[in-house]
Formats: sequence, structure tokens, C-alpha cells
Amino acid sequence: MSARRIFAQPARYAAIAPYVWMVLFFLVPFGFVLKISLSQTAIAQPPYLPVFDFTEGWVAIKAAFAQLSRDNFSLLVSDNLYISSYLRSLVVALTSTLILLLIGYPIAYGMARLPQRWQAIAMMLVIIPFWTSFLIRIYAWINILQHDGLLNKILLALHLVSTPVVWLSTDTAMYIGIVYSYLPFMILPLYATLAKMDPSLLEAASDLGASPLGAFWLVTFPLSLPGVGAGALLCSIPIVGEFVIPDLLAGSSSMMIGQTLWLEFFTNKDWPVAAAAAVALLLLLVPPLLLYDRLQRRQLGGAG
Amino acid sequence: MTEESPEIGRPNIDVSAAPAEAAADMPLLRIEGVSKNFGSFRAVDRLSLDIGAGEFFALLGPSGCGKTTLLRMLAGFETPDEGRILLGGRDIAPVLPHERPVNMMFQNYALFPHLNVRDNIAFGLKRAGMPRAAIDARVAEMVALVKLDGMEKRKPDQLSGGQKQRVALARSLARRPKVLLLDEPLAALDKKLRDSTQLELMELQRRLGMTFIIVTHDQEEAMTMANRIGVMDAGRLEQVATPRDLYEAPATRWVAGFVGDINLFEGDVIMQEHRRLMVTTRDSDAIVVAAPRQSVAKAAVTVAIRPEKVRLSRRGPALDADHSQSINRLEGVVTDVGYLGGSTVYKVKLDSGAVVRASVANIARLDRDTYGVGERVVAWFTPDDCMVLER
Repeated sequence: MSARRIFAQPARYAAIAPYVWMVLFFLVPFGFVLKISLSQTAIAQPPYLPVFDFTEGWVAIKAAFAQLSRDNFSLLVSDNLYISSYLRSLVVALTSTLILLLIGYPIAYGMARLPQRWQAIAMMLVIIPFWTSFLIRIYAWINILQHDGLLNKILLALHLVSTPVVWLSTDTAMYIGIVYSYLPFMILPLYATLAKMDPSLLEAASDLGASPLGAFWLVTFPLSLPGVGAGALLCSIPIVGEFVIPDLLAGSSSMMIGQTLWLEFFTNKDWPVAAAAAVALLLLLVPPLLLYDRLQRRQLGGAG
Repeated sequence: MTEESPEIGRPNIDVSAAPAEAAADMPLLRIEGVSKNFGSFRAVDRLSLDIGAGEFFALLGPSGCGKTTLLRMLAGFETPDEGRILLGGRDIAPVLPHERPVNMMFQNYALFPHLNVRDNIAFGLKRAGMPRAAIDARVAEMVALVKLDGMEKRKPDQLSGGQKQRVALARSLARRPKVLLLDEPLAALDKKLRDSTQLELMELQRRLGMTFIIVTHDQEEAMTMANRIGVMDAGRLEQVATPRDLYEAPATRWVAGFVGDINLFEGDVIMQEHRRLMVTTRDSDAIVVAAPRQSVAKAAVTVAIRPEKVRLSRRGPALDADHSQSINRLEGVVTDVGYLGGSTVYKVKLDSGAVVRASVANIARLDRDTYGVGERVVAWFTPDDCMVLER
């Protein structure tokens, strides 16, 4: 009864807001994309058939529905281009997330151990790159990585290499760009979990005979897993669909799914296939999200 | 590392395992001139203290007095800036916290939230490399000891405050440390649970024969549980004594005021004879007090008397006691009556303006002999019940 009291009228309306948002800005657009993915490409405006025309009455709409087919999805499965770019996207996302974790964890750990005053400054330093446009930062990397760029100049000056190394248009360049761009998204959730950890837990571990390294693996790391999960999801999901970074920094030999989508949509003007690829991508991303949700639920389940 | 014997039985508190160079009369724990500074703040100030094996020792003091810092130095979480800490005759300064044969029960319990009760208790045993079967047996023993049977699979979040406290206790006892450090172990419990847990802790300590060092700001808790109490203020030990001595013979005025309630009269010694001192005060003609064991060096003293040793009567003590000539009488008016159940506290305003508190035990249920506000009474007490503290 008291719970009902708390949700007085205004609060109840506020609780509806996120659902309204979801319906308006996710479900409805997704419906459009789904419909297009079931249509056929056509030289027309818009470039697909059928088009629902609600002025023609029920019969016309029924006829339009009958024209929808799964052909585009069959194409996705049968054509190597799509499968290989999906796989590449997954490999790139997993590899980048792993690198991000290996670089981001020590940084977040260090930040959480700083004196309170310095933590705020460290946080600023992590966020400051966002003040510059993302595209400009990626172009800056092109500058750094190109044949006579900063990196090669430094390497040559230090006599580490005798001839300039080819960085640009390689996977290495792409990974550098991805890791650089997504690092804050890995650091911030990790830092949030590590900073709120009770330091007396480490003292207790030490008191009970755990060495500093043992205490880290037995206490700090397991307790930071929610942060690891959040950071990994926050990075890996957008990386799967990443377009700009691989387009600008990686070679053209193989494409990520985002690039394939772009190709179908803008170059081939095949909206239905592009839409089908987008729907498939979304469906592929649902399992890891559900897995994360279950992990989090289990964490909370402990909280009873 | 602690002496982890795989066999399960009575805890083996083997003090003789101390290195050979240890003198025979060396106490289990010796703290020698230890200081600790945090920046310009001196938390512990050249403190020395001996604690023997099997003692239940309480460090009592107001917050910020350095008692927790001292405890943390024993555990190894802080390093002394000066002085030595000897455990079983061995300087433990170079011994890291995870290698000390000392365990600590934390004020907030510090239970590992991702581990269940069993794994929390087994944590220290696993680190000691105990065989699995021995760990199982020890955990079962600990669970039974703190009466947590059936809770082994629960996570800390699923336990009540009292249960968490028990897990923390079991976890810190599991390794059978030479010394168990308890940092305000009962502070988070409600009064009823605290009282019963106090008794359980005492019983446990007696049964295990372990040395317990408890830090508390609660004097009642310290008095109930400890055989000796060290009262700390501003990083120094003001007095180390049994609960009784602390209460009946406080060493300083500060201790007298900190431990229990007290009436204080400032005055000057004017005569000293037959183990009696005569002290003139602003509040009465003269108070006759028993001379303390050490002779009073300065004339300026404080006479202190506990409220329960101040008696009240309407007509004065001449009719109530035999040695009327040596009984101190203070006349005044009752201004406040506080009924506490077991006793009643009267505030008597003397003619000098000073207020004397008298605590009268309610020994009869239907006691008609009570005093009302505004009533004129005589507060009286014997010389032997007074304490003389130098100012």
C-alpha cells in the first residue's frame, strides 16, 4: 500500500517517460528498418518496393504486405561478403575490448588510488579529449601515422627503424584509433567500481594472509567485475558497428559490417539489403546484452 | 606465518614458540615508546605498554585519542615513526601485515561481499595453505563456535548485523592468532544484542585462552569485558588498571571524569594527619578525605567522589552513622530528580552554588523515602569514599 502511495500521479507519469522514449525513438524507427529489410530494391523514390500507401485502403495494404519477403536475409547468409564482415566486426570488437581492458584497468586502478584531490584532475584528463571533435582527433592520427608523420619521425630519430614503417591503412592503425577513441568509455565504469570499493576489504585480505597480489586477484578483481562488464559492453557494442575509424585508418582489404552497410546504402543504393544487415547486426548484439543482464542480476541476487 | 597445525582441537596458543633470545619474563606483547604522526598531528605519543598472554585488554578513550591507530600498528596497517613493538620477544616492525600472527576484527566487519559465509571464514585458512579437509573441519568448528549453523552458503548481504558480526569474529579467529585485535566490535549492534554479545565474547576468550585487545569508546563495554583497561587521551596512556581500580582509584582528574560520573571539588590541603587530609573548598567548610597511598605533593588538589557514594538524608548523618565527626556534610536543595529504574539521581544545589549529584539505589519497590524538588537535604559521605587528585 505504501509503495502505491510513493507512486503518486506525477511520479507515475515520470515512470512512463522512458517507455515513451523507447517506443518513439527505438521501436518505431526499428519497425521502419524492419519493413525496409523485407522489401525489394527498386529504382524509385524511395528506392524500394512495396510502399505502404494508406490512401488506397485495406486491399492495397494487404497486397503490399504480401510482397514482403525474406530474400534479403537469405542473401546475407549466402553471400560471403556479409558473413566475413560480421566476423571481422566481432574479431575487431573483441580484440579491441581486450586491449582496452588491459590498458584501461591499470589506469582506472591508479586513478582510484590517487588522493581525492588528484582524482578529479585525473578524471578531467580522461574526459578532456571529448572537447575536440572526434573526426578531428582521427584525422590527427592520420597525420601522426602517415609515411612522414610524427611517429615515423620519432622512430627514425631514435634509430629504432632505418626506413619509415607503413602504419596507415593497416589493422594496427585501426586498433590504435579504436583503443584511443574508446579508452574513456572503458576507464570511467572501471574507475567508478574501483573508487567505491571499501579499502578495509584489502586490509582484511592482508590481515588474513593474502599478499598484495593475492588480495588484488581474490578481492579487488572479483569485486570490479561489474565495472569490467559495463566497460566491455560500452566499448564492444559500438565498436562492432564502427564505421569511421576503420574507414579512415584501416586498409580496404576487408570491411567491418558498418562499412558494408555504408557501401550498400550509399554506394549501391540497396536500402533493403542494408536494412537487413542492420537488423541482423542488432539481433547479433542481443545475446551479449542478455548475458550481461543475467550477470548483473546474479550480482544483485546476492544482494537479496 | 601463524603456526597452522592441520589437526583440529583446542587452539594451541604457544607462547613458548617465541625466539630463544626472548627473556623469560617478556610479556606476549610489548609496546616500547611507540609514536605515530599523521602530518603535524601526533596520533600516538611515546606510548609504552605490556600485555600478557591470555589477557582481555581494552583500549578506552574518546574518538581521536589514538587507540585505533595503536591497534592498526599492531596489525601492521600503520608503521610506528618511533619505538618498537615486540610480539613474543620479536620485533615485528619488518613483518608485513599478512605475515603477522595477529588477526583483526574490523569495525565495519569488512566481510568480502562476493564470498559466502563459509568462504569468508576459510579465506585466511586457504592463504595459510591448509589442506582442504582441515579447512572444512576448521570452518565447521568456527561456524559452531559463533552459532551460525545453516548460514554457510549465505552472502554477507543476506545476513543481519549481528550475524555479520559473528562471521567477522569467526573469520578473525579461524587462523588462531596469538593476538586478536577487535576494533569497536560491537559499535554497530543495538543495545540488547551488544550486551549479550559482550558476554559471549568474554566466554569465548576464556575458552580459547587467546589474547584479546579491544578498542572501544564505550567505558561500560570496556569495564564489563576487559581484565585490564588502558585509558588513552591525546595519544598517551593516562592510566592502565583493572576496571575496579580505574573507577575507584583514577590516576588523574581526566580519567576520573572520563570513566563514570563524578563530583569534583577543588580546594587546598590545610592539614595532614593520621592518614587523613583536610581540604578546604569553596563549597564547604572543609572536606576530610583519606590520604592517598602516595603523599600529596602539592597543596592544590581536587577532591572527587562518585555519585553513588554520596548519601542523602533530611536531618544529617549524625544519627545515621557512628563516626559523625569525620563525616563530610554538604547542605543544599534538591533541584532535579532523575529516576533511572535501578537508581535515582538527585541533583543537590549547595549553598555555595555548586551542584552535587547523588545516585541512590532503589532497593525497595515501595520506597517512600524519596526527596522532592525543592526539599532541603544533607548530602554526606565518608572520607574513605573520597579520592584526592592533584591538580
